[in-house]
Amino acid sequence: MIEAILVEGLIYAVLALGVFISFRVLDFPDLTAEGAFPLGAAAAAALIGAGAHPALAVLAAFAAAALAGAATGAIYAAFKVPSLLAGIVIMTGLWSVNLRVLGGRANLPLIANNPIMDAAYATLPALPEWSAALFFALVVALVLALLVWFFSTEAGIAMGALGDNEAVVIAAGANPVSLRTAGVALSGGLCGLSGALAASYQGFADVNFGSGVVAAGLASVMVGELMLKSNRIGLQIVRVVLGSIMFRGLMFAGRSYGYLIGMTPNDLRFVTALLVIGAIALGRVRKKRRISSPAAALAGAAQGGAA
Amino acid sequence: MIALESLSVLFNPGTPDERAAIKDLSISVPRGQWVSLIGSNGAGKTTLFNAIAGSVSPAAGRVIIDGLDRSRDAEYLRARFVGRVRQDPGGGTAPDMTVMDNLALASRKGARRLLPAKPRALKLLLKERLAELGMGLEERCDENVSRLSGGQRQALALLMAAFTKPAVLLLDEHTAALDPRNADIVMELTRRFVRGYGLTAMMVTHDMRRAAAEGDRLIMMHEGQIVADLSGQEKKGLSVEGLVRLFKEVRGHEYAEDRDLLS
Ligand SMILES: Nc1ncnc2c1ncn2[C@@H]1O[C@H](COP(=O)(O)OP(=O)(O)OP(=O)(O)O)[C@@H](O)[C@H]1O
Ligand SMILES: [Mg+2]
Repeated sequence: MIEAILVEGLIYAVLALGVFISFRVLDFPDLTAEGAFPLGAAAAAALIGAGAHPALAVLAAFAAAALAGAATGAIYAAFKVPSLLAGIVIMTGLWSVNLRVLGGRANLPLIANNPIMDAAYATLPALPEWSAALFFALVVALVLALLVWFFSTEAGIAMGALGDNEAVVIAAGANPVSLRTAGVALSGGLCGLSGALAASYQGFADVNFGSGVVAAGLASVMVGELMLKSNRIGLQIVRVVLGSIMFRGLMFAGRSYGYLIGMTPNDLRFVTALLVIGAIALGRVRKKRRISSPAAALAGAAQGGAA
Repeated sequence: MIALESLSVLFNPGTPDERAAIKDLSISVPRGQWVSLIGSNGAGKTTLFNAIAGSVSPAAGRVIIDGLDRSRDAEYLRARFVGRVRQDPGGGTAPDMTVMDNLALASRKGARRLLPAKPRALKLLLKERLAELGMGLEERCDENVSRLSGGQRQALALLMAAFTKPAVLLLDEHTAALDPRNADIVMELTRRFVRGYGLTAMMVTHDMRRAAAEGDRLIMMHEGQIVADLSGQEKKGLSVEGLVRLFKEVRGHEYAEDRDLLS
Protein backbone atom coordinates (compact mmCIF):
# COMPACT_ATOMS: atom_id res chain seq x y z
CA MET A 1 0.00 0.00 0.00
CA ILE A 2 2.70 2.47 1.00
CA GLU A 3 4.70 1.59 -2.13
CA ALA A 4 1.68 2.30 -4.29
CA ILE A 5 1.14 5.68 -2.62
CA LEU A 6 4.82 6.49 -3.08
CA VAL A 7 4.77 5.57 -6.76
CA GLU A 8 1.64 7.62 -7.42
CA GLY A 9 2.91 10.49 -5.30
CA LEU A 10 6.22 10.55 -7.16
CA ILE A 11 4.68 10.35 -10.64
CA TYR A 12 2.18 13.11 -9.88
CA ALA A 13 4.87 15.14 -8.10
CA VAL A 14 6.26 15.96 -11.54
CA LEU A 15 2.84 17.33 -12.49
CA ALA A 16 2.67 19.24 -9.20
CA LEU A 17 6.07 20.76 -9.99
CA GLY A 18 4.66 22.01 -13.27
CA VAL A 19 1.68 23.51 -11.48
CA PHE A 20 4.02 25.00 -8.86
CA ILE A 21 6.06 26.76 -11.55
CA SER A 22 3.06 28.33 -13.26
CA PHE A 23 0.92 29.19 -10.23
CA ARG A 24 3.61 29.99 -7.67
CA VAL A 25 6.87 30.89 -9.36
CA LEU A 26 5.38 32.80 -12.29
CA ASP A 27 2.11 33.83 -10.62
CA PHE A 28 0.52 32.63 -13.85
CA PRO A 29 -2.71 30.70 -13.08
CA ASP A 30 -2.98 28.27 -15.94
CA LEU A 31 -5.05 25.26 -17.06
CA THR A 32 -2.72 24.10 -19.84
CA ALA A 33 -1.86 21.09 -17.68
CA GLU A 34 -5.31 19.59 -18.31
CA GLY A 35 -4.27 19.20 -21.94
CA ALA A 36 -0.51 18.87 -21.51
CA PHE A 37 -0.73 15.93 -19.10
CA PRO A 38 -2.75 13.70 -21.48
CA LEU A 39 -0.65 14.99 -24.40
CA GLY A 40 2.46 13.65 -22.70
CA ALA A 41 0.67 10.38 -21.98
CA ALA A 42 -0.56 10.06 -25.57
CA ALA A 43 2.79 11.00 -27.14
CA ALA A 44 4.72 8.52 -24.99
CA ALA A 45 2.19 5.72 -25.55
CA ALA A 46 2.08 6.30 -29.30
CA LEU A 47 5.87 6.41 -29.61
CA ILE A 48 6.40 3.34 -27.45
CA GLY A 49 3.70 1.57 -29.46
CA ALA A 50 5.61 2.49 -32.61
CA GLY A 51 8.74 0.91 -31.16
CA ALA A 52 10.61 4.06 -30.07
CA HIS A 53 13.16 3.91 -27.26
CA PRO A 54 11.37 4.68 -23.96
CA ALA A 55 13.79 7.49 -23.10
CA LEU A 56 13.07 9.10 -26.44
CA ALA A 57 9.34 8.66 -25.87
CA VAL A 58 9.55 10.39 -22.50
CA LEU A 59 11.67 13.25 -23.87
CA ALA A 60 9.24 13.68 -26.76
CA ALA A 61 6.34 13.79 -24.29
CA PHE A 62 8.15 16.56 -22.42
CA ALA A 63 8.92 18.47 -25.62
CA ALA A 64 5.39 18.22 -27.03
CA ALA A 65 3.83 19.40 -23.78
CA ALA A 66 6.43 22.18 -23.47
CA LEU A 67 5.38 23.37 -26.89
CA ALA A 68 1.78 23.47 -25.67
CA GLY A 69 2.90 25.55 -22.70
CA ALA A 70 4.85 27.88 -24.97
CA ALA A 71 1.69 28.32 -27.05
CA THR A 72 -0.22 29.36 -23.93
CA GLY A 73 2.53 31.82 -23.07
CA ALA A 74 2.55 33.20 -26.60
CA ILE A 75 -1.24 33.71 -26.64
CA TYR A 76 -1.02 35.47 -23.30
CA ALA A 77 1.74 37.77 -24.55
CA ALA A 78 0.28 38.43 -27.98
CA PHE A 79 -3.35 39.14 -27.06
CA LYS A 80 -3.00 40.27 -23.44
CA VAL A 81 -5.76 37.89 -22.36
CA PRO A 82 -5.85 36.51 -18.82
CA SER A 83 -3.55 33.52 -18.37
CA LEU A 84 -6.47 31.27 -17.42
CA LEU A 85 -8.20 32.04 -20.71
CA ALA A 86 -5.03 31.38 -22.72
CA GLY A 87 -4.71 28.04 -20.93
CA ILE A 88 -8.35 27.10 -21.48
CA VAL A 89 -8.02 27.74 -25.20
CA ILE A 90 -4.91 25.55 -25.47
CA MET A 91 -6.43 22.85 -23.28
CA THR A 92 -9.55 22.74 -25.45
CA GLY A 93 -7.55 22.54 -28.66
CA LEU A 94 -5.26 19.89 -27.22
CA TRP A 95 -8.19 17.52 -26.72
CA SER A 96 -8.45 17.12 -30.49
CA VAL A 97 -4.67 16.98 -30.89
CA ASN A 98 -4.45 14.27 -28.25
CA LEU A 99 -7.08 12.17 -30.02
CA ARG A 100 -5.04 12.43 -33.21
CA VAL A 101 -1.88 11.42 -31.36
CA LEU A 102 -3.77 8.43 -29.96
CA GLY A 103 -4.64 7.45 -33.52
CA GLY A 104 -8.27 8.51 -33.40
CA ARG A 105 -9.00 6.36 -30.33
CA ALA A 106 -9.80 7.62 -26.86
CA ASN A 107 -7.57 5.04 -25.27
CA LEU A 108 -4.25 3.43 -26.13
CA PRO A 109 -3.13 0.42 -24.06
CA LEU A 110 0.51 -0.22 -23.19
CA ILE A 111 -0.03 -3.71 -21.80
CA ALA A 112 1.75 -5.65 -24.53
CA ASN A 113 4.83 -3.44 -24.52
CA ASN A 114 5.55 -1.32 -21.45
CA PRO A 115 9.33 -0.83 -21.30
CA ILE A 116 9.22 1.90 -18.64
CA MET A 117 7.43 -0.30 -16.13
CA ASP A 118 9.64 -3.23 -17.13
CA ALA A 119 12.60 -1.08 -16.15
CA ALA A 120 10.83 0.08 -13.01
CA TYR A 121 10.13 -3.46 -11.81
CA ALA A 122 13.69 -4.53 -12.60
CA THR A 123 15.39 -1.78 -10.56
CA LEU A 124 15.37 -3.68 -7.28
CA PRO A 125 14.85 -7.40 -8.01
CA ALA A 126 15.36 -8.33 -4.36
CA LEU A 127 12.34 -6.30 -3.21
CA PRO A 128 9.89 -6.34 -6.12
CA GLU A 129 7.20 -4.30 -4.31
CA TRP A 130 9.61 -1.45 -3.71
CA SER A 131 11.29 -1.63 -7.08
CA ALA A 132 8.93 0.77 -8.87
CA ALA A 133 9.01 3.22 -5.96
CA LEU A 134 12.81 3.32 -6.12
CA PHE A 135 12.76 3.72 -9.89
CA PHE A 136 10.39 6.68 -9.79
CA ALA A 137 12.25 8.17 -6.83
CA LEU A 138 15.36 8.17 -9.00
CA VAL A 139 13.48 9.79 -11.88
CA VAL A 140 12.04 12.47 -9.59
CA ALA A 141 15.45 13.02 -7.97
CA LEU A 142 16.88 13.72 -11.42
CA VAL A 143 14.08 16.19 -12.19
CA LEU A 144 14.57 17.85 -8.78
CA ALA A 145 18.30 18.18 -9.30
CA LEU A 146 17.80 19.81 -12.69
CA LEU A 147 15.18 22.22 -11.33
CA VAL A 148 17.26 23.18 -8.30
CA TRP A 149 20.19 23.85 -10.60
CA PHE A 150 18.02 25.86 -12.99
CA PHE A 151 16.60 28.06 -10.25
CA SER A 152 20.10 28.90 -9.08
CA THR A 153 21.07 30.27 -12.50
CA GLU A 154 20.62 33.83 -13.73
CA ALA A 155 17.65 32.74 -15.82
CA GLY A 156 16.11 30.81 -12.92
CA ILE A 157 16.40 33.67 -10.43
CA ALA A 158 14.92 36.10 -12.94
CA MET A 159 12.05 33.69 -13.59
CA GLY A 160 11.40 33.54 -9.86
CA ALA A 161 11.35 37.34 -9.66
CA LEU A 162 8.90 37.57 -12.53
CA GLY A 163 6.00 36.30 -10.44
CA ASP A 164 7.04 38.52 -7.56
CA ASN A 165 7.66 41.90 -9.16
CA GLU A 166 8.00 42.09 -12.93
CA ALA A 167 9.45 45.62 -12.72
CA VAL A 168 12.59 44.23 -11.08
CA VAL A 169 13.11 41.81 -13.96
CA ILE A 170 12.66 44.58 -16.53
CA ALA A 171 15.02 46.81 -14.55
CA ALA A 172 17.63 44.06 -14.82
CA GLY A 173 17.41 44.34 -18.59
CA ALA A 174 15.81 40.91 -19.06
CA ASN A 175 12.96 40.33 -21.51
CA PRO A 176 9.96 39.47 -19.34
CA VAL A 177 7.93 38.04 -22.23
CA SER A 178 10.45 35.44 -23.34
CA LEU A 179 11.25 34.59 -19.74
CA ARG A 180 7.59 34.01 -18.90
CA THR A 181 6.97 32.01 -22.06
CA ALA A 182 9.95 29.82 -21.25
CA GLY A 183 8.58 29.32 -17.74
CA VAL A 184 5.13 28.31 -18.95
CA ALA A 185 6.80 25.94 -21.41
CA LEU A 186 8.83 24.38 -18.62
CA SER A 187 5.65 23.99 -16.59
CA GLY A 188 3.86 22.33 -19.51
CA GLY A 189 6.81 20.06 -20.20
CA LEU A 190 6.82 18.77 -16.64
CA CYS A 191 3.08 18.04 -16.88
CA GLY A 192 3.70 16.11 -20.10
CA LEU A 193 6.54 14.15 -18.50
CA SER A 194 4.26 13.29 -15.61
CA GLY A 195 1.58 12.17 -18.08
CA ALA A 196 4.05 9.88 -19.84
CA LEU A 197 5.03 8.24 -16.54
CA ALA A 198 1.38 7.96 -15.45
CA ALA A 199 0.41 6.27 -18.72
CA SER A 200 3.16 3.71 -18.22
CA TYR A 201 2.13 3.09 -14.64
CA GLN A 202 -1.57 2.73 -15.49
CA GLY A 203 -0.78 0.69 -18.58
CA PHE A 204 -2.67 2.95 -20.98
CA ALA A 205 -3.03 6.52 -22.19
CA ASP A 206 -6.47 8.08 -22.23
CA VAL A 207 -7.74 11.30 -23.75
CA ASN A 208 -9.54 12.12 -20.49
CA PHE A 209 -6.42 11.67 -18.35
CA GLY A 210 -6.12 15.39 -17.79
CA SER A 211 -9.46 16.10 -16.21
CA GLY A 212 -8.95 17.53 -12.73
CA VAL A 213 -5.15 17.42 -12.71
CA VAL A 214 -4.65 21.15 -12.13
CA ALA A 215 -6.67 21.12 -8.91
CA ALA A 216 -4.90 17.93 -7.82
CA GLY A 217 -1.51 19.50 -8.53
CA LEU A 218 -2.51 22.67 -6.75
CA ALA A 219 -3.73 20.70 -3.74
CA SER A 220 -0.37 18.89 -3.62
CA VAL A 221 1.50 22.20 -3.76
CA MET A 222 -0.63 23.62 -0.97
CA VAL A 223 -0.40 20.55 1.24
CA GLY A 224 3.37 20.84 0.86
CA GLU A 225 3.26 24.49 1.83
CA LEU A 226 1.34 23.65 4.97
CA MET A 227 3.95 21.04 5.89
CA LEU A 228 7.07 23.17 5.51
CA LYS A 229 7.75 26.89 5.47
CA SER A 230 10.70 28.20 3.51
CA ASN A 231 11.77 31.04 1.24
CA ARG A 232 14.48 28.92 -0.38
CA ILE A 233 13.53 27.73 -3.83
CA GLY A 234 15.37 24.42 -3.36
CA LEU A 235 13.30 23.54 -0.30
CA GLN A 236 10.14 24.80 -1.96
CA ILE A 237 10.74 22.37 -4.83
CA VAL A 238 11.38 19.41 -2.51
CA ARG A 239 8.29 20.42 -0.56
CA VAL A 240 6.15 20.02 -3.68
CA VAL A 241 7.20 16.37 -3.88
CA LEU A 242 6.40 15.81 -0.21
CA GLY A 243 3.05 17.51 -0.69
CA SER A 244 2.27 15.30 -3.67
CA ILE A 245 3.03 12.10 -1.76
CA MET A 246 0.94 13.34 1.16
CA PHE A 247 -1.92 14.26 -1.14
CA ARG A 248 -1.86 10.87 -2.85
CA GLY A 249 -1.89 9.29 0.59
CA LEU A 250 -5.02 11.22 1.43
CA MET A 251 -6.64 10.19 -1.84
CA PHE A 252 -5.64 6.59 -1.21
CA ALA A 253 -7.17 6.71 2.24
CA GLY A 254 -10.33 8.15 0.75
CA ARG A 255 -10.51 5.37 -1.83
CA SER A 256 -9.81 2.61 0.69
CA TYR A 257 -11.64 3.73 3.79
CA GLY A 258 -14.02 6.37 2.47
CA TYR A 259 -16.85 3.83 2.47
CA LEU A 260 -16.77 3.97 6.28
CA ILE A 261 -18.29 7.44 6.07
CA GLY A 262 -20.33 6.68 2.97
CA MET A 263 -17.83 8.17 0.52
CA THR A 264 -17.22 6.75 -2.93
CA PRO A 265 -14.18 7.34 -5.17
CA ASN A 266 -16.40 9.73 -7.12
CA ASP A 267 -16.39 12.05 -4.13
CA LEU A 268 -12.61 12.52 -4.19
CA ARG A 269 -12.77 15.44 -6.59
CA PHE A 270 -14.96 17.24 -4.09
CA VAL A 271 -12.43 16.52 -1.37
CA THR A 272 -9.69 17.90 -3.62
CA ALA A 273 -11.67 21.08 -4.16
CA LEU A 274 -12.24 21.43 -0.42
CA LEU A 275 -8.55 20.89 0.19
CA VAL A 276 -7.59 23.68 -2.21
CA ILE A 277 -10.08 26.07 -0.64
CA GLY A 278 -8.96 25.11 2.85
CA ALA A 279 -5.31 25.67 2.00
CA ILE A 280 -6.09 29.06 0.46
CA ALA A 281 -8.04 30.07 3.57
CA LEU A 282 -5.31 28.90 5.91
CA GLY A 283 -2.67 30.71 3.86
CA ARG A 284 -4.65 33.93 4.16
CA VAL A 285 -4.98 33.63 7.90
CA ARG A 286 -1.25 33.05 8.24
CA LYS A 287 -0.38 35.95 5.98
CA LYS A 288 -2.63 38.31 7.91
CA ARG A 289 -1.08 37.23 11.15
CA ARG A 290 2.38 37.85 9.71
CA ILE A 291 1.54 41.33 8.47
CA SER A 292 -0.19 42.44 11.64
CA SER A 293 2.47 40.97 13.88
CA PRO A 294 3.67 43.87 16.05
CA ALA A 295 6.87 42.00 16.91
CA ALA A 296 7.91 41.90 13.27
CA ALA A 297 7.10 45.57 12.78
CA LEU A 298 9.12 46.52 15.85
CA ALA A 299 12.06 44.38 14.74
CA GLY A 300 12.01 46.17 11.39
CA ALA A 301 11.90 49.58 13.06
CA ALA A 302 14.73 48.66 15.41
CA GLN A 303 16.88 47.57 12.49
CA GLY A 304 16.15 50.83 10.69
CA GLY A 305 16.95 52.72 13.87
CA ALA A 306 20.34 51.08 14.12
CA ALA A 307 21.31 52.67 10.82
CA MET B 1 24.68 62.03 -21.07
CA ILE B 2 21.03 62.19 -21.91
CA ALA B 3 19.21 64.39 -24.37
CA LEU B 4 15.52 64.72 -25.14
CA GLU B 5 14.67 66.27 -28.49
CA SER B 6 11.23 67.79 -29.06
CA LEU B 7 9.61 65.09 -26.96
CA SER B 8 5.81 64.90 -26.86
CA VAL B 9 3.66 62.40 -24.99
CA LEU B 10 -0.05 62.09 -25.68
CA PHE B 11 -2.48 60.10 -23.57
CA ASN B 12 -5.61 58.72 -25.25
CA PRO B 13 -4.73 60.23 -28.63
CA GLY B 14 -7.65 60.77 -31.00
CA THR B 15 -10.29 60.52 -28.27
CA PRO B 16 -12.18 63.24 -26.42
CA ASP B 17 -9.92 62.45 -23.44
CA GLU B 18 -6.78 63.29 -25.39
CA ARG B 19 -4.22 64.89 -23.16
CA ALA B 20 -0.74 66.18 -23.94
CA ALA B 21 1.32 65.32 -20.85
CA ILE B 22 4.65 66.36 -22.41
CA LYS B 23 4.70 69.12 -25.01
CA ASP B 24 7.63 69.49 -27.38
CA LEU B 25 10.15 69.27 -24.58
CA SER B 26 13.89 69.44 -25.20
CA ILE B 27 16.69 69.21 -22.69
CA SER B 28 20.26 68.00 -22.56
CA VAL B 29 21.88 66.75 -19.38
CA PRO B 30 25.67 66.34 -19.59
CA ARG B 31 27.45 63.40 -18.00
CA GLY B 32 27.77 63.63 -14.25
CA GLN B 33 25.19 66.35 -13.82
CA TRP B 34 22.54 66.09 -11.11
CA VAL B 35 19.24 67.73 -12.01
CA SER B 36 16.47 68.45 -9.51
CA LEU B 37 13.07 68.42 -11.16
CA ILE B 38 10.12 70.22 -9.58
CA GLY B 39 6.62 71.08 -10.68
CA SER B 40 3.06 70.90 -9.45
CA ASN B 41 0.97 67.72 -9.47
CA GLY B 42 0.24 66.63 -13.00
CA ALA B 43 3.04 68.73 -14.49
CA GLY B 44 4.34 65.65 -16.31
CA LYS B 45 7.42 64.75 -14.28
CA THR B 46 6.62 61.05 -13.93
CA THR B 47 5.50 60.90 -17.55
CA LEU B 48 8.84 62.40 -18.58
CA PHE B 49 10.65 59.65 -16.66
CA ASN B 50 8.36 57.03 -18.21
CA ALA B 51 9.25 58.32 -21.66
CA ILE B 52 12.97 58.21 -20.89
CA ALA B 53 12.76 54.70 -19.44
CA GLY B 54 10.53 53.46 -22.25
CA SER B 55 7.44 52.61 -20.23
CA VAL B 56 5.39 55.02 -22.37
CA SER B 57 6.12 55.66 -26.02
CA PRO B 58 6.28 59.30 -27.11
CA ALA B 59 4.05 60.63 -29.88
CA ALA B 60 7.02 62.56 -31.27
CA GLY B 61 10.62 63.35 -30.47
CA ARG B 62 13.71 61.38 -29.56
CA VAL B 63 15.36 60.04 -26.43
CA ILE B 64 19.14 60.00 -26.80
CA ILE B 65 21.21 58.19 -24.21
CA ASP B 66 24.99 58.39 -24.40
CA GLY B 67 24.76 59.60 -27.97
CA LEU B 68 22.49 56.83 -29.28
CA ASP B 69 18.82 57.17 -30.18
CA ARG B 70 16.96 54.80 -27.85
CA SER B 71 13.45 56.02 -28.69
CA ARG B 72 12.47 52.72 -30.33
CA ASP B 73 13.98 50.40 -27.74
CA ALA B 74 11.71 48.42 -25.42
CA GLU B 75 11.77 49.25 -21.73
CA TYR B 76 13.81 46.18 -20.80
CA LEU B 77 16.47 47.08 -23.39
CA ARG B 78 16.74 50.64 -22.14
CA ALA B 79 17.02 49.39 -18.58
CA ARG B 80 20.63 48.58 -19.42
CA PHE B 81 21.29 52.33 -19.45
CA VAL B 82 18.53 53.68 -17.23
CA GLY B 83 18.34 53.09 -13.48
CA ARG B 84 15.15 54.05 -11.73
CA VAL B 85 13.82 54.41 -8.19
CA ARG B 86 10.14 55.06 -7.67
CA GLN B 87 8.28 56.58 -4.76
CA ASP B 88 6.82 53.29 -3.52
CA PRO B 89 9.51 51.35 -1.60
CA GLY B 90 7.89 48.12 -2.83
CA GLY B 91 8.25 49.10 -6.46
CA GLY B 92 11.96 48.55 -6.90
CA THR B 93 12.44 45.22 -5.14
CA ALA B 94 10.99 41.71 -5.28
CA PRO B 95 9.45 41.28 -1.81
CA ASP B 96 9.29 37.49 -1.65
CA MET B 97 12.88 37.01 -2.68
CA THR B 98 15.94 37.35 -0.48
CA VAL B 99 18.03 40.50 -0.27
CA MET B 100 20.90 38.64 -1.95
CA ASP B 101 18.72 37.32 -4.80
CA ASN B 102 17.42 40.82 -5.44
CA LEU B 103 20.93 42.22 -5.61
CA ALA B 104 22.25 39.34 -7.72
CA LEU B 105 19.44 39.92 -10.18
CA ALA B 106 20.21 43.64 -10.39
CA SER B 107 23.97 43.14 -10.57
CA ARG B 108 23.90 42.24 -14.24
CA LYS B 109 21.92 43.98 -16.93
CA GLY B 110 20.89 42.09 -20.02
CA ALA B 111 19.79 38.66 -21.16
CA ARG B 112 19.81 35.95 -18.53
CA ARG B 113 22.22 33.08 -18.99
CA LEU B 114 22.21 29.54 -17.66
CA LEU B 115 25.14 30.38 -15.44
CA PRO B 116 25.23 30.46 -11.64
CA ALA B 117 23.47 33.64 -10.50
CA LYS B 118 25.44 33.96 -7.28
CA PRO B 119 29.05 32.87 -7.65
CA ARG B 120 31.05 33.29 -4.45
CA ALA B 121 33.02 36.29 -5.70
CA LEU B 122 29.83 38.15 -6.62
CA LYS B 123 28.27 37.37 -3.24
CA LEU B 124 31.28 38.84 -1.43
CA LEU B 125 31.16 41.95 -3.59
CA LEU B 126 27.42 42.40 -3.03
CA LYS B 127 27.85 41.98 0.71
CA GLU B 128 30.42 44.77 0.65
CA ARG B 129 28.01 47.03 -1.21
CA LEU B 130 25.28 46.20 1.30
CA ALA B 131 27.58 46.99 4.19
CA GLU B 132 28.20 50.42 2.68
CA LEU B 133 24.53 51.24 3.19
CA GLY B 134 25.28 51.20 6.91
CA MET B 135 22.01 49.48 7.78
CA GLY B 136 23.30 46.08 8.79
CA LEU B 137 21.67 44.50 5.74
CA GLU B 138 24.81 42.51 5.00
CA GLU B 139 23.80 40.34 7.97
CA ARG B 140 20.33 39.78 6.51
CA CYS B 141 21.20 38.59 3.02
CA ASP B 142 19.05 35.47 3.25
CA GLU B 143 15.96 37.21 4.56
CA ASN B 144 13.12 38.13 2.28
CA VAL B 145 12.94 41.79 1.33
CA SER B 146 9.34 41.92 2.61
CA ARG B 147 10.79 41.80 6.13
CA LEU B 148 12.78 45.01 5.69
CA SER B 149 11.50 48.40 6.76
CA GLY B 150 10.41 50.94 4.17
CA GLY B 151 13.65 52.89 4.53
CA GLN B 152 15.75 49.75 4.20
CA ARG B 153 13.82 48.64 1.14
CA GLN B 154 14.23 52.01 -0.51
CA ALA B 155 17.95 52.04 0.28
CA LEU B 156 18.18 48.58 -1.30
CA ALA B 157 16.18 49.73 -4.34
CA LEU B 158 18.54 52.70 -4.71
CA LEU B 159 21.56 50.42 -4.49
CA MET B 160 20.03 48.06 -7.07
CA ALA B 161 19.33 50.94 -9.45
CA ALA B 162 22.67 52.70 -9.03
CA PHE B 163 25.50 50.27 -8.45
CA THR B 164 25.70 49.10 -12.05
CA LYS B 165 26.43 52.75 -12.90
CA PRO B 166 23.64 53.40 -15.41
CA ALA B 167 24.01 56.20 -17.96
CA VAL B 168 21.16 57.98 -16.22
CA LEU B 169 19.57 57.50 -12.81
CA LEU B 170 15.92 58.57 -12.47
CA LEU B 171 14.67 59.25 -8.95
CA ASP B 172 10.94 59.91 -8.74
CA GLU B 173 10.07 61.28 -5.29
CA HIS B 174 12.10 58.42 -3.93
CA THR B 175 12.12 59.75 -0.38
CA ALA B 176 8.52 60.96 -0.29
CA ALA B 177 7.06 57.81 1.27
CA LEU B 178 9.63 57.72 4.07
CA ASP B 179 9.63 59.33 7.50
CA PRO B 180 11.97 62.34 7.79
CA ARG B 181 14.82 60.42 9.36
CA ASN B 182 14.79 57.65 6.76
CA ALA B 183 14.32 60.24 4.03
CA ASP B 184 17.52 61.94 5.20
CA ILE B 185 19.37 58.62 5.24
CA VAL B 186 18.24 57.70 1.72
CA MET B 187 19.09 61.20 0.49
CA GLU B 188 22.57 60.92 1.97
CA LEU B 189 23.00 57.58 0.18
CA THR B 190 21.75 59.19 -3.02
CA ARG B 191 24.40 61.88 -2.72
CA ARG B 192 27.05 59.25 -2.12
CA PHE B 193 26.02 57.15 -5.14
CA VAL B 194 25.50 59.99 -7.59
CA ARG B 195 28.71 61.79 -6.67
CA GLY B 196 30.76 58.70 -5.84
CA TYR B 197 29.96 56.96 -9.10
CA GLY B 198 29.81 60.20 -11.08
CA LEU B 199 26.27 59.39 -12.25
CA THR B 200 24.02 61.53 -14.40
CA ALA B 201 20.89 61.89 -12.32
CA MET B 202 17.43 63.43 -12.51
CA MET B 203 15.53 63.71 -9.25
CA VAL B 204 11.88 64.68 -8.85
CA THR B 205 11.01 66.14 -5.48
CA HIS B 206 8.18 68.11 -3.95
CA ASP B 207 10.44 69.20 -1.12
CA MET B 208 11.59 72.73 -1.97
CA ARG B 209 14.34 72.57 0.63
CA ARG B 210 15.87 69.54 -1.08
CA ALA B 211 15.28 70.93 -4.55
CA ALA B 212 17.20 74.06 -3.62
CA ALA B 213 19.96 72.25 -1.76
CA GLU B 214 20.67 69.17 -3.90
CA GLY B 215 22.03 68.91 -7.39
CA ASP B 216 23.80 71.10 -9.94
CA ARG B 217 20.77 72.26 -11.82
CA LEU B 218 17.12 72.90 -11.16
CA ILE B 219 14.36 72.44 -13.68
CA MET B 220 10.76 73.43 -13.15
CA MET B 221 8.01 71.84 -15.19
CA HIS B 222 4.50 73.09 -15.76
CA GLU B 223 1.84 71.54 -17.98
CA GLY B 224 4.28 69.35 -19.83
CA GLN B 225 6.88 72.00 -20.48
CA ILE B 226 10.06 73.27 -18.90
CA VAL B 227 9.35 76.74 -17.49
CA ALA B 228 12.55 77.38 -15.59
CA ASP B 229 16.06 76.01 -15.89
CA LEU B 230 18.68 77.22 -13.43
CA SER B 231 22.26 76.07 -13.13
CA GLY B 232 25.67 77.32 -12.07
CA GLN B 233 25.67 80.35 -9.76
CA GLU B 234 21.93 80.87 -10.23
CA LYS B 235 21.26 77.41 -8.83
CA LYS B 236 23.88 77.68 -6.08
CA GLY B 237 22.47 80.92 -4.77
CA LEU B 238 18.92 79.58 -4.74
CA SER B 239 17.01 79.76 -1.47
CA VAL B 240 13.63 78.24 -0.64
CA GLU B 241 12.15 81.76 -0.71
CA GLY B 242 13.68 82.29 -4.13
CA LEU B 243 12.07 79.09 -5.34
CA VAL B 244 8.66 80.10 -4.01
CA ARG B 245 8.98 83.42 -5.81
CA LEU B 246 9.89 81.58 -8.99
CA PHE B 247 6.80 79.42 -8.63
CA LYS B 248 4.61 82.48 -8.23
CA GLU B 249 6.03 84.01 -11.37
CA VAL B 250 5.35 80.84 -13.29
CA ARG B 251 1.82 80.13 -12.27
CA GLY B 252 0.54 82.84 -10.01
CA HIS B 253 -0.01 82.38 -6.32
CA GLU B 254 -1.85 79.10 -6.77
CA TYR B 255 1.05 76.75 -6.31
CA ALA B 256 2.68 78.88 -3.65
CA GLU B 257 -0.19 77.91 -1.41
CA ASP B 258 0.23 74.20 -2.08
CA ARG B 259 0.83 72.65 1.27
CA ASP B 260 3.73 70.50 0.17
CA LEU B 261 5.62 73.60 -0.83
CA LEU B 262 5.94 74.66 2.77
CA SER B 263 6.52 71.23 4.26
N1 LIG C 1 -1.86 56.53 -17.95
C1 LIG C 1 -2.38 57.77 -18.11
N2 LIG C 1 -3.50 57.96 -18.83
C2 LIG C 1 -4.00 59.19 -19.01
N3 LIG C 1 -3.47 60.30 -18.49
C3 LIG C 1 -2.35 60.18 -17.75
C4 LIG C 1 -1.75 58.91 -17.51
N4 LIG C 1 -0.65 59.08 -16.75
C5 LIG C 1 -0.58 60.40 -16.50
N5 LIG C 1 -1.60 61.08 -17.11
C6 LIG C 1 -1.81 62.52 -17.09
O1 LIG C 1 -0.64 63.16 -17.54
C7 LIG C 1 -0.37 64.30 -16.75
C8 LIG C 1 1.00 64.23 -16.15
O2 LIG C 1 1.01 63.26 -15.15
P1 LIG C 1 2.32 62.88 -14.34
O3 LIG C 1 2.03 61.67 -13.55
O4 LIG C 1 3.46 62.82 -15.26
O5 LIG C 1 2.49 64.12 -13.38
P2 LIG C 1 3.58 64.40 -12.25
O6 LIG C 1 4.26 65.66 -12.62
O7 LIG C 1 4.42 63.23 -12.04
O8 LIG C 1 2.64 64.66 -11.00
P3 LIG C 1 2.85 64.28 -9.46
O9 LIG C 1 3.66 65.37 -8.87
O10 LIG C 1 1.47 64.29 -8.92
O11 LIG C 1 3.48 62.95 -9.39
C9 LIG C 1 -1.49 64.39 -15.73
O12 LIG C 1 -2.43 65.31 -16.18
C10 LIG C 1 -2.04 63.02 -15.68
O13 LIG C 1 -3.41 63.06 -15.38
MG1 LIG D 1 4.71 61.83 -10.42
